[in-house]
Amino acid sequence: MDFFRPDSLAEALAAKAEHADAVPIAGGTDVMVELNFDHRRPAALLDLGRIVELHEHGRQDGKVRIGAAVPYARIIDELGRELPGLAMAARTVGSPQIRNRGSVGGNLGAASPAGDSHPALLAANAEVEIASIRGTRMVPVKDFYTGVKRNVLAPDELITAVHIAPATGAQQFSKVGTRNAMVIAVCAFGLALHPDQKRVGTGLGSAAPTPRPATKAEEFIATELDWESPKPLADSVLRRFGALVAEAASPIDDVRGSAAYRRHALAVLARRTLGWAWSEHLGGGRRACA
Amino acid sequence: MSAPARSPQVLDDKISGGIGASPQRPDGTLKVRGEFAYASDLWHENMVWGATLRSPHPHAGIRSIGIAKALAYPGVHAVLTHADVPGENAYGLKHQDTPVLAEDRVRYQGEPVALVAADHPEIARQALKLIEVDYEVWEPVTDMERAAHDETLPRLHENGNVVRHQRIVKGDPDARADVVVSGVYELGMQDQAFLGPEAGLAVPAEDGGVDLYLATQWLHVDQKQTAHALGLPVEKVRLTLSGVGGAFGGREDLSMQVHSCMLALHLGRPVKMSYNREESFFGHVHRHPARMYYEHGATKDGDLVYVKARMYFDGGAYASKTPVVVGNGTTLSVGPYNVPNAHIEGWGVYSNNPTCGAMRGLGAVQPTYAYESQMDKLATALGMDPAELRIRNAMSEGSTTVTGQVVDFPAPVAELVRRVRDMPLPPPNTDELGFPGGAANTTHGEGVVRGIGYGVTIKNIAYAEGLDDYSTARVRLQVIGGEPTALVHTAAAEVGQGLVTVQQQIARSELGVERITLHTSDTSVGDAGSSSASRQTYLTGGAVRNACLAVAERVYALAAERFGVEATNLSGGKVVAADGAVVADLAELLGEDVIEETREYHHRKTYPLDPETGQGNAHVQYGFSAHRAVVDVDTELGLVKVVQLDCAQDVGKAINPDAVLGQIHGGSAQGLGLAVMEEIQVTDGVVRNPSFTDYLIPTILDMPPMRVDILERPDPHAPYGVRGVGEPPTISATPAVANAIRAATGLELPRVPIKPEHLTGT
Amino acid sequence: MRVNVTVNGKQRTADDVWPGESLLYVLRERLGLAGSKNACEQGECGSCTVYLDGVPACSCLVAAGQAEGGDVRTVEGLADGDRLDSVQQSFLDTGAVQCGFCTPGLLVAAHDLIERNPAPSDPQIREALAGNLCRCTGYEKIMDAVRLAVERKQATT
Repeated sequence: MDFFRPDSLAEALAAKAEHADAVPIAGGTDVMVELNFDHRRPAALLDLGRIVELHEHGRQDGKVRIGAAVPYARIIDELGRELPGLAMAARTVGSPQIRNRGSVGGNLGAASPAGDSHPALLAANAEVEIASIRGTRMVPVKDFYTGVKRNVLAPDELITAVHIAPATGAQQFSKVGTRNAMVIAVCAFGLALHPDQKRVGTGLGSAAPTPRPATKAEEFIATELDWESPKPLADSVLRRFGALVAEAASPIDDVRGSAAYRRHALAVLARRTLGWAWSEHLGGGRRACA
Repeated sequence: MSAPARSPQVLDDKISGGIGASPQRPDGTLKVRGEFAYASDLWHENMVWGATLRSPHPHAGIRSIGIAKALAYPGVHAVLTHADVPGENAYGLKHQDTPVLAEDRVRYQGEPVALVAADHPEIARQALKLIEVDYEVWEPVTDMERAAHDETLPRLHENGNVVRHQRIVKGDPDARADVVVSGVYELGMQDQAFLGPEAGLAVPAEDGGVDLYLATQWLHVDQKQTAHALGLPVEKVRLTLSGVGGAFGGREDLSMQVHSCMLALHLGRPVKMSYNREESFFGHVHRHPARMYYEHGATKDGDLVYVKARMYFDGGAYASKTPVVVGNGTTLSVGPYNVPNAHIEGWGVYSNNPTCGAMRGLGAVQPTYAYESQMDKLATALGMDPAELRIRNAMSEGSTTVTGQVVDFPAPVAELVRRVRDMPLPPPNTDELGFPGGAANTTHGEGVVRGIGYGVTIKNIAYAEGLDDYSTARVRLQVIGGEPTALVHTAAAEVGQGLVTVQQQIARSELGVERITLHTSDTSVGDAGSSSASRQTYLTGGAVRNACLAVAERVYALAAERFGVEATNLSGGKVVAADGAVVADLAELLGEDVIEETREYHHRKTYPLDPETGQGNAHVQYGFSAHRAVVDVDTELGLVKVVQLDCAQDVGKAINPDAVLGQIHGGSAQGLGLAVMEEIQVTDGVVRNPSFTDYLIPTILDMPPMRVDILERPDPHAPYGVRGVGEPPTISATPAVANAIRAATGLELPRVPIKPEHLTGT
Repeated sequence: MRVNVTVNGKQRTADDVWPGESLLYVLRERLGLAGSKNACEQGECGSCTVYLDGVPACSCLVAAGQAEGGDVRTVEGLADGDRLDSVQQSFLDTGAVQCGFCTPGLLVAAHDLIERNPAPSDPQIREALAGNLCRCTGYEKIMDAVRLAVERKQATT
């Protein structure tokens, strides 16, 4: 096994172009588990640890650009105001130690349906910045996942950042696990109000082969919400929204939970998070990041 | 060969504090500095790494094992199979039914098949994959009830699939009652999940024997079994205890002991084996899953009339402690209650599921969950308060157990229930992390309902059913650096519980000496028995006391010889007469003399159960504890947050009150884990979650604050009046949490761990 | 490959490191620092927690090569010679240590918490230590230990 330690993005992309089978590693929270348990023996590791631009965030074209290796802990501390949904999701990732190392880029690279950031990224319409020596491209996150632990990356490409518009409305994230901390999602749901677009974004985690939005639920609720003169939502509307979110899922039975439970729980999460977000919208202010 | 470079330490920190105090642990400073040598930390010049090939199948024949490719892999030094086992290829705590390495068949997924020794763990891992095992895969036996009764199933061992069947009949087995409740209860497979995986270092010796440094619960039983499998006399297999990262029963059976010694003797080089977490799940036994059919009958006033129970315990592939689980399970089957009539039957069976054996609360966890569920059901049927029903039926000193044994020591069960019942209740939750779901933001209070539940248990302490249960201690008293110093030497395993502290406290109090050094535990002194069954403070504590008393007698004799005065006491470094007068300064009296005595402590005799009626004085002592759990349940999502978990326990005499608290806290956490999250999930004999990602144990956000009330009602038959502490709180916590969830939801919940699916009907 | 890393203030070098090795393995098996514990190797237990460039991390999830040129502080580096750090002393004084296998990781995590937040509430302590599993203590005395360490720190500053 080789170990590459590029000092710049250009070097990293060159290395990835030359060694397509090199596995990028940043926080190591997925890759090292696979190595420790001999589930994977890549020809090489490509350490992204010293590439400065992958560890920075800033504004670009009005959006927040988060370098692929910016750890969750910094998203929670530094981006909670602009990206509350993602910050809430970040807070549920693993443990403090994991949040100090793990990153959105890693979550996207692994493309596990259980990755905690996916629902928040979907709800907020994030775009994934992907680079190779051939150039840079932007992929809407909903088009990024192609299957269980699969994504659109070509063998020579690296995830370099995600771009997310700062929140214009309330955002929520909820995750079900069978422990009160440090748990992989049984299912998760992200929701973002976009008053500027008069729509609601959603994202489902651990509910299908890939993270996905609940498109019909989004369409339904867009017609129900009165953005001009907001009123409290009828319970029947919340329940219908929940049911449509559950319908969007195609979960499986596994060690963490049953498919039936996942559907049921998603409906509850969707109903609750929409209720919380809409109350916040009605209140005119934003609830502090939970 | 020499001792390892990193090796187990002698404990000689300057600490003071006798019986009843809570002095610092003698290994504490080493532990907080990161310098304590755990088994996985051991290192030796020239050592190689051992690794184990395990069966992927729960039930299969082995046609052949090809090792040539693995042996040829660069960096590999040895590949061994069953053909290389020097002695008898069989071991076992109760039945010698377990192969060191599988021969012509495997009986569970994870059964060891071959061994590799290599320069680096990675080389060993890759070499394991090159071993070619030709399996003929067979249908596994997986249902415990069928294994007990269905004669058409394959016989997994020569004598069939029933390891033990025990019946207990008391009074009128056909008694009738006004109010009858029944239920079928199941309990999933729990893992000890000690944090320090199995590890050890085997060093071949010049005499053809081997020195094994390891983490275990019982050095001498390991020594006996390892020597037998190695074909060596026991004195050539010397074991030394290294740091043990928790045990909870999971280290009572052999894991890497014989394997590492085989490799070391074969190579003439030190061999280290250290399991990773996944291998650890396959490398030790688990708690027996159980299915239990219960029927309770009571008068309209709430007096228990009878209990009928049939219970099945799945022992998995090998016997391990299954016979004891059946013995404990049946004899403790009605709980700490007066029950005039009973008909109990228990079966422990073989299957192709993972082997189950010792775990904290052995054989009592399963029935306690069932009978405490029944007690709540009965209270509902009677319209009675559940605590009141328990108090009304509570056994006490003088009560007769279901096996006809008269309890001749304090049994303050009613008092324990009253105490937890009367503790203050926690206020409603206001913290956002405090709701079910914790940091994951699943509720802001929606769907949350609070419930309160009780659990009470009885657990036999120490070994039972006629076993001669004892421990040994050697105590040497001499003057070192002008200060009288005692060296205490036992083979007892410190597994975290604080036995090292207790031994020092006893020696300090008995010898009136501050400076107590603990010799490393090893097999050069007599057997101490296992650090299990809540027995070590009782048995090894008793042995240390006896050895100290014998040393003191010799000091008194010395004083009588020198001064012609009869001394009766050692205190504050002085030899003291009955009237309190100081006879001599201990250091001066001893001078250059070294006084050393070795003594055993045996507990009172117990007796086997009558094979037909199950009657008999099977147990030497019982421990009792009661829990009250307060839970918040998100009834829509099926998530649970235990808000408060309070406990009252009678410990006879708290030698070290802080350590007693630590046992109650930790035991309660394991009981909580079983109630709501912990289960090794097994499908068709295959383990689906052998990792800490999917086998969940409670985090600090899952454990609530605890109030603990410690009662000290001395047992007149035990040294200092002590009563075993470690197990009861693990046992009563589980039904307390389950009953609290029932109280919150009104659901029957016949299985633990209780999962969100059970609470939401999905 | 060769890995150079500063550990507890000393420049250390490990040779013949297999690139798939973790920082934990290098610390324990190549540099003789066995204080950080290997209990799960998947970031679920926190027993291997060390400071890496000032931030607590599971050393089992750091590839050795990623630590090249880095600054590591392990449990062995918390005490000042014979003087224990106040977190270590508090763990001893409250009886927060039983088997002790989780202790090194917990000490680093608790040390970091108190450095960042000199007056943590109970929920903040719990959230900060949620990545460190303990199987012996039920966490009650660990809570006591951290509260005591906080008190002591406040008393001296």
